[in-house]
Amino acid sequence: MAAIEMKNIVKQYGDGFPAVNDVSIDVEDGEFLILVGPSGCGKSTLLRMIVGLEDITDGDMMIGGKKVNDLAPRDRNLSMVFQNYALYPHLTVYENIAFPLRLANKSDSEVDEKVREASKTLELDEHLERKPGNLSGGQRQRVAMGRAIVRDAEAFLFDEPLSNLDAKLRGQMRTEISRLQKRLGITTVYVTHDQTEAMTLGDRVAVLKRGVLQQHATPRELYENPANLFVAGFIGSPPMNFLPAKVDGNRVELPFGTVTIPEERAAKAQGKGLLIAGIRPDHFEDASVVDADKVTDEATFKATVDVVEWLGNEAYAYIPFEAPDEVREQLTQLEKDLDGESLRTQLVVSLDGASRIAEGDEATIWVDARKIHLFDPATGENLTIDSDNAGIIPGGNAMAKAEEVGHAQDEVKPASDQATT
Amino acid sequence: MAGNTSGKTAVGTWIGFALIMLWCLFPVAWIISLSFKSEGETAAGSAQFLPKEPTFDNYKAIIDNPDFTRALINSFGISLIATLLSVIFATLAAYAIARLEFKGKRLVLSLALAIAMFPVVALVGPLFDMWTTFGLFNTWPGLVIPYMSFTLPLAIWTLSAFFREIPWEMEQAAQVDGATSWQAFRKVIVPLAAPGVFTAAILTFFFAWNEFVLAISLTSTTSSRTVPAQMSFFVGPDPFNPPYAQLATASVIVTLPVIVIVLLFQRKIVAGLTSGAVKG
Repeated sequence: MAAIEMKNIVKQYGDGFPAVNDVSIDVEDGEFLILVGPSGCGKSTLLRMIVGLEDITDGDMMIGGKKVNDLAPRDRNLSMVFQNYALYPHLTVYENIAFPLRLANKSDSEVDEKVREASKTLELDEHLERKPGNLSGGQRQRVAMGRAIVRDAEAFLFDEPLSNLDAKLRGQMRTEISRLQKRLGITTVYVTHDQTEAMTLGDRVAVLKRGVLQQHATPRELYENPANLFVAGFIGSPPMNFLPAKVDGNRVELPFGTVTIPEERAAKAQGKGLLIAGIRPDHFEDASVVDADKVTDEATFKATVDVVEWLGNEAYAYIPFEAPDEVREQLTQLEKDLDGESLRTQLVVSLDGASRIAEGDEATIWVDARKIHLFDPATGENLTIDSDNAGIIPGGNAMAKAEEVGHAQDEVKPASDQATT
Repeated sequence: MAGNTSGKTAVGTWIGFALIMLWCLFPVAWIISLSFKSEGETAAGSAQFLPKEPTFDNYKAIIDNPDFTRALINSFGISLIATLLSVIFATLAAYAIARLEFKGKRLVLSLALAIAMFPVVALVGPLFDMWTTFGLFNTWPGLVIPYMSFTLPLAIWTLSAFFREIPWEMEQAAQVDGATSWQAFRKVIVPLAAPGVFTAAILTFFFAWNEFVLAISLTSTTSSRTVPAQMSFFVGPDPFNPPYAQLATASVIVTLPVIVIVLLFQRKIVAGLTSGAVKG
């Protein structure tokens, strides 16, 4: 087991495509780190550089305090689970798991002992003599994990291991991976584009955009104190609402009305003109189900609900609004960066399951004004961030830098669709 | 109604099948029957299909014929060596073509294809001259080398197609698991490409086994003459009346190994070996 340190890692492909740009991330010994970002953000490339399948253009890759830039994959002693499992189809499950041990010339008795142990952990005992072709997706996934845990590797690397499974199995395997990692206490780097996996699995999460690190923090810090518009929009489901806002003193003017925000937050956002306010759907509530003492005119507004999706424990209400042109462009671009397509500007509000608001109603909505974030539309920066609780935010403007890199990438490969996402 | 239609289809299929089998196998059956006829019977110009008095004399005669057994040994030796070398070289070359980016890759591939299309006969003259100069005329290597050069292109094309089908991840996984590039190739890629390797081997072996033009032109004695060439020397005492029964017997004997090899390798060629490697 070992810590992994990435120092100013750069990856530029032969054709000049800048896939990873000056990324520095420390993974502590035994930590579960998630690399997350939309497709083409360089997260898989970064993982493959850790394991040694991609050359490092610049920067230092340290594993256990040792520089490994020029070591072949087999000399790094890491184990990896591939997105499509990459099991050896001509070998039985037993031999698949035993493969790394056989290469290390371990004695038959030791191989047997370790394989049995791994197969017991992963409940593969009854499948040992079968070939991978006869296994289900979840079983293949477990064999791939068995091959990873069977030897004493310095760290585990996962490349979107659950993306080929159906939703139910994905949930189960997620818990399984988490449990296994906690039990073995081994350093783990896990790549995913799914923010739910990122939030639930990671001790810390590194958010990447276009090969530029945006923020490296715990899931809670990312959720409560996103560094910029990109992180704010990426983390959380349904995503954060972005509304045009004008700040006057500690009063924030939103399309639906005016709310009062705490002084110290307002102070950071003075004199900036038109801003973007970010409010999580769950920071809204149906005023009729909120404690009466919290409901004041300053914290509520009236709006006509377009669509309601009731899920039992909660409901999502959609309220369309018109965004001024100054912020519309920024919001459209953001939506594109997040792999989405915005059809209209609308507010998503998460309501309590007990709420009786129906489609077409004019509802009174309460908003938790203390949790509103304000973003600078020009740079995307979060003006109201609580820096002490926001993990590591790279210096400079990460979002603008990613934008620059994006243009450079588009020049090399227009509308780039990277092979390894 | 549906059962009726499918019944009719089945009958049609079987009739067609029988016709094709008859068309293909009748000459074979004729040769087998001929090999059991006595010399007198074939010389008399008999036209009946089954031999009147079946006899093993032809087989005894041909096995006792030292020229024929010697040719059989030559055929086996030359074909096996050519196949082995051709498959080894083709595997390495095809792997490089499938996996590596290097300058002149397209040139190598198109050149290989051009060689495969080149008529063998056109090379007989130059080869004869070269081989007599180099002292390769009438030797095993003298046949092995041209056989390899004619079968390599096809083997390379077949194998590189197989290698391209094998996902990169297989190899990368092996390397992460601690394999050197060579170990990854030998323990993962080659077993997965086995169907391709066997296909290439069979094609090469058959080419070398059946080849006639080079075999007759580049040999002068039984020390390296292969069976197809040797058979053309079975003229018998009367040039207008070749020993058909003996020729037929020799044909049957040289065909046997081919059939055996096909049956053996057929089991090895398991399609879909890679299924389950990655999510299909």
